[in-house]
Amino acid sequence: MNAPLPRQTARDAEACGGIDLHQEHGQRAVFCGLTGIVWLHRKIQDAFFLVVGSRTCAHLIQSAAGVMIFAEPRFATAIIDERDLAGIADANEELDRVVTRLIERRPDIKLLFLVGSCPSEVIKLDLSRAAQRLSGRLAPVRVLNYSGSGIETTFTQGEDACLAALVPELPRAPAEAAPSLLIVGALADVVEDQFLRIFSAMGIADVRFLPARRAGAMPAVGRGTRYLLAQPFLADTARALDERGAHRLAAPFPLGAEGTTGWLRAAADAFGVADETFAAATAAGRARAETALAPHREKLAGKRVFFFPDSQLEVPLARFLARELGAALVEVGTPYLHQGHLAAEIAWLPAGTRVTEGQSLDDQMDRCRAARPDLTVCGLGLANPLEAEGLSTKWSIELLFTPVQGYEQAGDLAELFARPLRRRALLEV
Amino acid sequence: MQLTLWTYEGPPHIGAMRVATAMTGLHYVLHAPQGDTYADLLFTMIERRDARPPVTYTTFRAQDLGRDTAELFKTSVAAAYARFRPQAMIVGASCTAELIQDDPGGLAKALDLPIPVIPLELPAYQKKENWGASETFYRLVRALAGAPAPRQPREPGRRPLCNLLGPTALGFRHRDDLIEIRRLLDALGIDVNVVAPLGASPADLGRLKDADFNVVLYPETARAAAEYLKKAFGQPFTQAIPLGVGGTRRFVTEVAGLAGVDPAPVLDGPGSRLPWYSRSVDSTYLTAKRVFVFGDATHALGIARVAAQELGFTVVGLGTYSREFAREIRAEAAEHGIEALITDDYLDVEAAIRAAAPELVLGTQMERHVAKRLGIPCAVISAPVHVQDFPARYAPQMGFEGANVLFDTLVHPLMMGLEEHLLGMFREDPEFHDGVGPSHLGGTARAASSEAAAEVAEPAAPSAPAPILLDEPVVITTAPWAPEAEKELRKIPFFVRGKARSNTEKFARERRLPLITLETLYDAKAHYGR
Repeated sequence: MNAPLPRQTARDAEACGGIDLHQEHGQRAVFCGLTGIVWLHRKIQDAFFLVVGSRTCAHLIQSAAGVMIFAEPRFATAIIDERDLAGIADANEELDRVVTRLIERRPDIKLLFLVGSCPSEVIKLDLSRAAQRLSGRLAPVRVLNYSGSGIETTFTQGEDACLAALVPELPRAPAEAAPSLLIVGALADVVEDQFLRIFSAMGIADVRFLPARRAGAMPAVGRGTRYLLAQPFLADTARALDERGAHRLAAPFPLGAEGTTGWLRAAADAFGVADETFAAATAAGRARAETALAPHREKLAGKRVFFFPDSQLEVPLARFLARELGAALVEVGTPYLHQGHLAAEIAWLPAGTRVTEGQSLDDQMDRCRAARPDLTVCGLGLANPLEAEGLSTKWSIELLFTPVQGYEQAGDLAELFARPLRRRALLEV
Repeated sequence: MQLTLWTYEGPPHIGAMRVATAMTGLHYVLHAPQGDTYADLLFTMIERRDARPPVTYTTFRAQDLGRDTAELFKTSVAAAYARFRPQAMIVGASCTAELIQDDPGGLAKALDLPIPVIPLELPAYQKKENWGASETFYRLVRALAGAPAPRQPREPGRRPLCNLLGPTALGFRHRDDLIEIRRLLDALGIDVNVVAPLGASPADLGRLKDADFNVVLYPETARAAAEYLKKAFGQPFTQAIPLGVGGTRRFVTEVAGLAGVDPAPVLDGPGSRLPWYSRSVDSTYLTAKRVFVFGDATHALGIARVAAQELGFTVVGLGTYSREFAREIRAEAAEHGIEALITDDYLDVEAAIRAAAPELVLGTQMERHVAKRLGIPCAVISAPVHVQDFPARYAPQMGFEGANVLFDTLVHPLMMGLEEHLLGMFREDPEFHDGVGPSHLGGTARAASSEAAAEVAEPAAPSAPAPILLDEPVVITTAPWAPEAEKELRKIPFFVRGKARSNTEKFARERRLPLITLETLYDAKAHYGR
């Protein structure tokens, strides 16, 4: 329990570094950023997300949201029709009409996001001006905008765009304020609370989250703000925070016991937490994570895993599978590789791991078929077709909707990968 | 602009995908931005298809807009041809590509591929999914059915031959309707020439003209193509929809007439169990039950007739989201003495359901949720549907077996007659009172009482002696929960909360812990984590 903590040293990084990086162009089987709405609207409980787009956008959200669409959801689509395109109706007037009607229907809404889509971007509908105009008209409701279009964003980048739109709106922390810790990226409430307790045990008291659970409670930011990214897909949000004087703490991502320890360690180091305090705050969690991981290690050790690109979580997940569960990595696809934010993760990947940034779908499927991996992590459009070809798959979207970060979820995360293999072994028909 | 939470239909290119995915040897190149590939999972997940739809997307991005998206489209068409070697291709644009105004048809033509390449014009800002499917099928038939020619009279001795038109991928029960209709045609002595689009290749579409007539199963997708075939090759096509016993008998009579055969072998055959079931005394309670029907035009219309004429319900609401068939639905609604509801806004449908106060709702996935919210029994009779309505079992809607399925589907959500009788007789008994609701919707009252029982069992003293088994609530020696731990437990999703609670308590009992703390909760989680 009191064993020394693994610290990432320069020597370690050198020994494990040197991934085999490829870039690929072609057909991409990925979601657009609009999909982020499906989990973001649950996190910010008084926000509404209005997509300005086509029937396709509405259909996508409906397909991605599944049954959630019916529980008075806090998202909708303003569908552009031919009258808007032909200039018969003034698109801005139409938008104002739709938004006014919406706010009348939902007086509980405090923050409204106008979410740009491919059609709204291509016709150059200026949603940022619309947001400004509507903010004035609808005060105290705040109206912001960001793009979730497929031409600009891939899947989780929708969250990045949304949070980056929030950053300029955050209150300014007083210049003389003591350093505070900001955790960036939507996490499940239960995970946030676990992290809060650990930080508190370390003696870091002022910890806030972006996004906050309510629009009126967004964290302040300033020169004293140190922030930890909880998700690997937050490039623009990080840049916006930097512009406000905040400092990013370089860290691996809190997936698995090792990742969580490394992530917490970055905060501990920045806030001058003594080694003994850190060990005391994390020992129980680490031990529990070890206990929970052990049975999965038996099932996953030596298994060959192939990742199709989806969320940018692929590199940290691959690192977790390889180092904590003993899996072998065939190929790690990612839609976008932010080498700065992922430096610690890349250093931890086994030397020579093939990492593919971007996608050429048919070519990648050919490589996957030729490699016959034991487990393929991919989207729902590919999962059943690959299963039908005899390959075990783990559908990747679940990794975004399930609480997977932190010590207490390490076992659950391993279980997500182990379950398809266990199932394949169980079925006799 | 239209404010939309739920759409009954996708955009028209989804309709084109339903036709392409239904067929073999056909490939669709869709000029579309990154992200539009989401549509694949409708086919691979909801319909559980074992292969990707035969669709290549250009998946252009912002950086491509600055360059040459037209070139990207041409490259994609050439690569798709080289890889898949289809017999024919369809090319078109999704909503965003429609705005950037590359010309998929012209660009594909410039490649001069050695196969037919059929351009699709699907106006995404005016039309919807079913129209897209219909237009795509019509364009394919027009391009591939061959030069118009007068119909050849049937050679003496040859069995009559028909085409079956309309079934597609992602069609509500299309797979099993097809089996049922083939069975009926076979019993009449009629051969099937081509089924399309489902299972047909482009070459098969070239053989459509060999048939004597066409059977249109789903007018939403096939009427336009059937009208073309009538004009080009003189093939008449059926109007009757074989839904319900009456619908099936009308269909059989019409088909037999077109084929010049005797319908008696089928009409006098065993038929459906529906008439007897509906006459049996247990069904008496169904009389004049108020029913609200909403769906695509074909199913709404056919099933409203079944409800009124074959089950003795009173139709108190009838509507469709298929604007193309509004006239037919209005005429049918008039027969029931009501006004039709033609809308694609589910809030309008919800308002109409509230106003009509039906005892049973027959509709789509959406009406299922509306009915659930209102506490009204409901059955699904039309697309859009979710994964459970692409069942593994044989479950046609059409033909005599379809009528059997419909009887069960429409009656099961209601309480069976005996059950309803008992409810009336034992109104004051704890098991049967108004509060329990219809049997299939139950759970609220029951869940509340078991939750209460759990609360009763909880505050047992930590130092209590060995449990004494009583007849009434069993006392279990369990450590109390610290408020903090109890609070944490509530954050766990409800469907696994019970398990987490019992595991933690078992863990605490085994270790004789005096209090369940946060640490205990997570220690137990780690211990039991599989």
